[in-house]
Amino acid sequence: MILIGERINAGFKDIANAIRTKDPTAVEKWAVAQAEAGATYLDVNIGAASRDPADMAWLVETVQKAVPTKISVDSTKIEAIEAGLDAIDGRGVLVNSTTADPGKLEKIIPLAVKHEAMLLGLAMDERGSPQNVERRVENGAMVFMAATEAGIPPERIVLDPILMPIKFMQEQVPNVLEAIEQYTHLSDPPPHISVGLSNIGSKTAERGRIVRTFLVMAMARGLDAAILDVCDEETIAAVATAELMLNQEIYSDSYIRAFRIKAGGSA
Amino acid sequence: MTVQIPDAKKSWPHTINELTIGATAETGGTRASTVVVGGETTLPFYHFEGSMPNAPVVAMEVWDIPPEDWPEPLQAPFADVMSEPGTWAAACVERHGAQMICLRLKGCDPNGANRSPDEAAAAAKRVADAVGVPLIVWGCGNDDKDNEVFPVVAEAMSGENCLLGTITEDNYKTLTAVGTAYGHKLIAESPVDINMAKQVNILALDVEYPAENLVIYPSTGALGYGIEYVYSIMERLRIAGLKGDKVVAMPMLCDIGVEVWGVKEAKAPEAEVPGWGDVATRGPMWEASTAVVYLLAGADILIMRHPEAVRMTLETIRRLMGGGGTQ
Repeated sequence: MILIGERINAGFKDIANAIRTKDPTAVEKWAVAQAEAGATYLDVNIGAASRDPADMAWLVETVQKAVPTKISVDSTKIEAIEAGLDAIDGRGVLVNSTTADPGKLEKIIPLAVKHEAMLLGLAMDERGSPQNVERRVENGAMVFMAATEAGIPPERIVLDPILMPIKFMQEQVPNVLEAIEQYTHLSDPPPHISVGLSNIGSKTAERGRIVRTFLVMAMARGLDAAILDVCDEETIAAVATAELMLNQEIYSDSYIRAFRIKAGGSA
Repeated sequence: MTVQIPDAKKSWPHTINELTIGATAETGGTRASTVVVGGETTLPFYHFEGSMPNAPVVAMEVWDIPPEDWPEPLQAPFADVMSEPGTWAAACVERHGAQMICLRLKGCDPNGANRSPDEAAAAAKRVADAVGVPLIVWGCGNDDKDNEVFPVVAEAMSGENCLLGTITEDNYKTLTAVGTAYGHKLIAESPVDINMAKQVNILALDVEYPAENLVIYPSTGALGYGIEYVYSIMERLRIAGLKGDKVVAMPMLCDIGVEVWGVKEAKAPEAEVPGWGDVATRGPMWEASTAVVYLLAGADILIMRHPEAVRMTLETIRRLMGGGGTQ
């Protein structure tokens, strides 16, 4: 499972403040905490706190000084993604993200090619978020085809079917699960499949249970990546347990400890 | 029309741990040579696909007391040396090409001769003095007694970088501490159970014994006695290790001789089993056949008994490693 740590995001006040004041303390703290928790990638997002691509470069550099973990450069703005990628010191990187909008694909894909990056594609297009399985699959396939034609192999492509809050769009959850399964048939080996996991629990009273139950159900359908709160021990334990159920890891009584050793984090 | 054969080569993301046993004067020991095992980047002998930098090695088994229950074909080659572990070990190396010696401390068994820890250490010293190859020291199998014996033996062998065994899920604390204190590698044993094989390694890591110093012993079954179970466990462990499961990415060891020479196919005289052929040929063949199966499963260290079986196995390893020629 590819675990993308969500916490270095200007949507959180401490990170927004860090970007404004250029005080690295909060960024370093979350970089270390998420790396120790076993994050494969650290998502880095300047959000609405800044319009300046230089802030993305600062955030990437600050994280790189703190930990050796790979980085997910996350922005809806092409200039910010470019600035983040230029700041990468040679470690693995994920471009987060493109949509199926042709105007966006033609700008973002060359960046992923140039930086030999993983590419995350959202199943959205210029019309907005998908409301059914068909649109999710169509948009996902569009990203997949465009990336493949540019020479990016399936192993470096991550598709995101757009997970929505269960409290407001309950009918979309089965659609997301079905789209995940259909993505696994796109190629052999299939692309990676990810969701923004925290979305599903937004504004709910049972956030943890909702997030973890969806995660396990989605893994059973083919989900093998997520942007999530990696510091939530119960969620990570659910991932480790689901990997056993899928026979992806060898069972041992201390399998959660084994999962953490493999993820490179501390126990 | 040309048929395109698809390229079946795989690239594995992880490498099996490489581990050195034995120490020469340069590294604080007295061995004439050391042995390096592991380091594979692919499945056994898949030279077309990846690298197998170290050939599997054969250790020959020596006891601290003369074994009484070894069948005649196994006693005969050692009749002149078995009374003393040093001379026995020297014969294994000089006459039969053993690359390591495994000293089994059978004499310490409280249900047998019940020898003291000091006597065990003296036996280990005699073997160390008699041969220059690296050593494996294997306990008597009684946990309480082994926990008394190993601290003394490990101290006596300090600096020699031996391979000591075994730790199990129920008994690992003493030996991991002793291994750390005196600089020895350890054998992690599990009873034909892949989950316990993984668990015992995690337990060792939890007491801060380094994963790089462990060898997995997944138990061994003789040909005809559960060999396929162990084979599939070893194969799965190796694949998981190559895929990146650091907790099982260790070299593996098989204890061939003790299993083979306990089964009737290897030791029953022809008079008892008419039509099975001469036991003097059949026994070593059974041991060598068992050994070769485990080589293909991924064994890095084989502990063996009969000189002819050792000869056949070493020749097979040479050829599987690309040495060419015929036997």
